[in-house]
Amino acid sequence: MIANSILRTYNLGKQYKKRWAVRSLNLEVYRGDVFGFLGPNGAGKSTTIRMLLSLIKPGTGEVELFGHRLHSHREQALRSVGGIVEKPDFYLYLSAVKNLEVVGALSGGATRARIMEVLELVGLKGREFDAVKTFSHGMKQRLGIAQALLADPELVILDEPTNGLDPQGMKEVRQLILHLARDRKKTIFLSSHLLNEIELVATRMAIINRGELVVQGDVQQLLSQSEQSVVVEGSPATAIRKVLKSLRRLVSSSSEKDGIFDVEVQVKDIPALNKALVRGGVNVRALIPKRSLEQYFLSLTEGQTSDR
Amino acid sequence: MGKLIYYELLKTFLKKRTYLGFLIVAIIVPLVEVAMKLEGGRFLQLATRRLQEDFFFVGSLFNGWFVSYQIMNSLWVHIPLLISFVAGDQLAGEATAGTYRLLLIRPVSRTRIFLAKVATTLLYTLLFVVFLGVISIGLALALLGGGDMIVIERGILVLEESSVAWRFLLAYLFAVWSMMTVASIALFFSSFVENAIGPIVATIGVLIVFMVLTVLPLEIFDPIRDGLFTKHMILWQKVFNDPIPWDEIWKSVTVLGIYTGVSCVAAWAIFVRRDILS
Repeated sequence: MIANSILRTYNLGKQYKKRWAVRSLNLEVYRGDVFGFLGPNGAGKSTTIRMLLSLIKPGTGEVELFGHRLHSHREQALRSVGGIVEKPDFYLYLSAVKNLEVVGALSGGATRARIMEVLELVGLKGREFDAVKTFSHGMKQRLGIAQALLADPELVILDEPTNGLDPQGMKEVRQLILHLARDRKKTIFLSSHLLNEIELVATRMAIINRGELVVQGDVQQLLSQSEQSVVVEGSPATAIRKVLKSLRRLVSSSSEKDGIFDVEVQVKDIPALNKALVRGGVNVRALIPKRSLEQYFLSLTEGQTSDR
Repeated sequence: MGKLIYYELLKTFLKKRTYLGFLIVAIIVPLVEVAMKLEGGRFLQLATRRLQEDFFFVGSLFNGWFVSYQIMNSLWVHIPLLISFVAGDQLAGEATAGTYRLLLIRPVSRTRIFLAKVATTLLYTLLFVVFLGVISIGLALALLGGGDMIVIERGILVLEESSVAWRFLLAYLFAVWSMMTVASIALFFSSFVENAIGPIVATIGVLIVFMVLTVLPLEIFDPIRDGLFTKHMILWQKVFNDPIPWDEIWKSVTVLGIYTGVSCVAAWAIFVRRDILS
């Protein structure tokens, strides 16, 4: 095992009847990563997370956490792991504090001070003694994060933590994730089908589709390797057309609508494009990158046919 | 382990459905006992009408012990139902609520969690039967007093008051044992279903089928009758025989123990292996 790697899967797979929910998945998460685990609904993200947290036994392969094989050394492997799997469910008739006490008892015990600390961290102070049945979805989601953090784990696995939240709630959860990663030095494994969420917080990522790994690596690196769509705004249009024609080597395609140009170009070539436009006498008002993780994701996953 | 059991007990006893059985007993037992007191000895007279044609009864045998025995006899069909409400919910309730996902991702083995569930189920069963005994005997003695106890089964037996109290104590101990069998069967069904109603219905279904097979006077069922736990569930009645048929009692204790053990082991095997998809 590489010293820095704290989560690895080896040919991880799970089959339900004849359908593979996850197949030959090899993931690697390093200490300090905010690891985005991306895939459309039904791609196998939750099945993978259930296998990582021992809720589901893998059909093939295995999971290694902190150097311990999950199958044979479950307790050691999970000692420094906290998580939420899908929607956070609790004992609705118990208070937030009592729910965390129950969870704490299974994680070696949690003091009242620690419980209050995590409740404060997720913004539930003041409601700690209320029954969870009185909580909104957003509050339950935050309590879910609190229970994941209770035992002060090094690795926090969050499965769609912003599901069902309003934009403000989503922003708060994103900020919390960044705070955990930057200030508390947690390694975060974040699954989501919301691409912008991963783009905003993740340092490394894996994309999964139909149960299989499509790509894995550093977010910025992966995006820079891809083609980027750039909107060119400037004048005169004739000069822009001329420059784009002369840059056929860099620009794979371009289109024009109402004097605004959509240009397909490698991310690394954007500065060269800018320079050429200026040299060609174009008054460049804006170069707006349009390419996002979403487009990248779609370019990787679209057109894949199901052969299972 | 102590902490796990404590929090399992906390979860169970902070749930309203846990008190349903206690509430029913707290309503039905006083209701029946007060009604019996108001009716006087008419119930006993009706029950012994035939015997009174041949025997002459001196003094009153209608007392707290007699009433407690009758209550135990008549409620014993319904108590398993109330036990299965809670026992059947122990594992299936977690699946229904989605809280398996909260519990089973912790660095604690599923076996330990299961053992805490078993301990909680058996403790609930014990408390429930003890509650029934205390309220039934305590109130009956307070309302009707003590005395010798008459047992009317195939014949008539009068037990001296000095032996009645310990016979009731033994009867309730054996009742706890037989109810633990019912609780274990409910726990077994609870281990592989995703809703809390399923195990209750399944347990009651098994009870009905086994009870019918136990009492149906058909020779074809004779070879299996001895192996049906429902035949042995009424072992507590045997401590009111004279002399007490200890051989029969130990046989029943063994059969019930085997059912309890097998149910728990099967539930454990399913629980530790199952994939949590809820």
